[in-house]
Amino acid sequence: MSALLELSGVTAGYGAVQALYGVGLTVGEGEAVALMGRNGMGKTTTVRTIARMLPATGGRVAFAGTDLARLPSYRAARLGIGLVPEGRRTFGPLTVSENLAVAARPGPWDVARVTRLFPRLGERMGQTARTLSGGEQQMLAIARALMTNPRLLILDEATEGLAPSVRQEIWAAIRALKGEGLAILLIDKSVREIAGVADRAVILERGATAWAGVIGALSADVADRYLGV
Amino acid sequence: MRRVAILNATVFAALVAVALVAHLAGAPYVVTLATKAAIFALAGVGLNLALGYGGMVSFGHAVFFGIGGYVTGIFASHAAAGTPVLTFPFTVAGSAEMLGLWPMAMVVTALAALVIGALSLRTSGVYFIMVTLAFAQMVYYFAISWRAYGGEDGLSFYVRNSFPGLNTFAPLQFFAIAAGLLALAMGFSALVTRSRFGLALQAARANRQRVMASGIRPFALQLTAFVLSAVIVGLAGSLYADLNRFVSPAMLSWHMSGEIMVFVILGGVGRLAGPVAGAGVFILLEQVLGGVSEYWQALLGLLLLAIVLYAPGGILGLLPGGRRHV
Repeated sequence: MSALLELSGVTAGYGAVQALYGVGLTVGEGEAVALMGRNGMGKTTTVRTIARMLPATGGRVAFAGTDLARLPSYRAARLGIGLVPEGRRTFGPLTVSENLAVAARPGPWDVARVTRLFPRLGERMGQTARTLSGGEQQMLAIARALMTNPRLLILDEATEGLAPSVRQEIWAAIRALKGEGLAILLIDKSVREIAGVADRAVILERGATAWAGVIGALSADVADRYLGV
Repeated sequence: MRRVAILNATVFAALVAVALVAHLAGAPYVVTLATKAAIFALAGVGLNLALGYGGMVSFGHAVFFGIGGYVTGIFASHAAAGTPVLTFPFTVAGSAEMLGLWPMAMVVTALAALVIGALSLRTSGVYFIMVTLAFAQMVYYFAISWRAYGGEDGLSFYVRNSFPGLNTFAPLQFFAIAAGLLALAMGFSALVTRSRFGLALQAARANRQRVMASGIRPFALQLTAFVLSAVIVGLAGSLYADLNRFVSPAMLSWHMSGEIMVFVILGGVGRLAGPVAGAGVFILLEQVLGGVSEYWQALLGLLLLAIVLYAPGGILGLLPGGRRHV
């Protein structure tokens, strides 16, 4: 499997505060990889670095063979990195259909296809995003990322703070996307749900890769050591 | 028709009604005031593209108003004197035709906006406000020292420029030109803000990073909106020059930038007919309160304060159908 996304020895930080001390991970075409670790271990910083919202201070981030160093984030997005950021970030004042239209880039994903994935959005097209429920906003955030026709979808805590029934809807959608062969990098707290989708896992500990392997090899011992509270 | 569309049409129709009633009642002075309101509204519609939809708080849009005015004044005065505007590198003759002057004013404004915008948009927030102000002040002081075109005293031209088929000296006919352009600019603005470009612009105002995460380059969006905005303001400047048959550095001053901002904020930021309502109320207050006291702007200040604190949607936000943004 050729690596679509490849990080090696990535360091990054916020001003004088270093947050990443050497992250390495790969995501192959059609592969789903879970990025795991306790709070504050650098998961969100890693995805922000991949999406070029935060510059890497060292190491290498390559996507589809292109070194992302010094590319602005809109160029990274055009290469096919679709980020669904933490906290269901939609364009609040715009309607659902406007949110989707803004992001649209040519490809197989269009309004009809994202509303098949999330039928609830189809019923809310004329509503402004800020009036949607939390779950619907999250669906819109994922749908918006899909409208850019990404080659890699990055989901940062896509189900956090949602009601269990809504979580199930979103996990079903993620499984469907994986089934269609979309490469996915996901961060989530639910190890059980992740195990149902991800092929591999990468665990971060204090801003560096501490463990990487196929999801089946993630023993209770490892989980307890790196993920237990 | 959606309620917002009805509201926009009503505000515009009110301005036209004032001019028509005044004309029928034999009050050409009021027709001219309505014309001034229409021109100010046009400038406000222009600024609204940058300020309201794009979130670019330009405190230097008078520079475009003034450039539009000066281009018109310079060409008109040369046409009256029968001298060319330029002889090198090629000869450019003066013009007294609005249909020739408008594109000229718009092109020169666009070029100025491209330079000012490209440099100002490297900053944001309060720095953006200050940089746009600084550019406007530079041009203002240049105009003051430009003796060939009147310097501090400004530049008069005695005949209002012409428009085919109309007598531009008849107040109602000149009003029709200004109102027609205002309607066109409002239509254009509505199209732009509903287009994918306009949606992305509004999204970039809400969150720049999220727009970039969708593969859109906010700088290009904002610069385009800044130039479009300036061009409309330049056109308004051209009309204003014709209204007064006079241009002066005052058109370029920061007071003027502030006034254009007041039209937008008073009427409703990011609302299509906001600047029309704002300019109308501004002229009304100027006439009514200005007759009572020359310190009428202190009352305007209080009104603005009230609007900003209690009615961020401006006058339009208070009217039925004005709740939601266009």
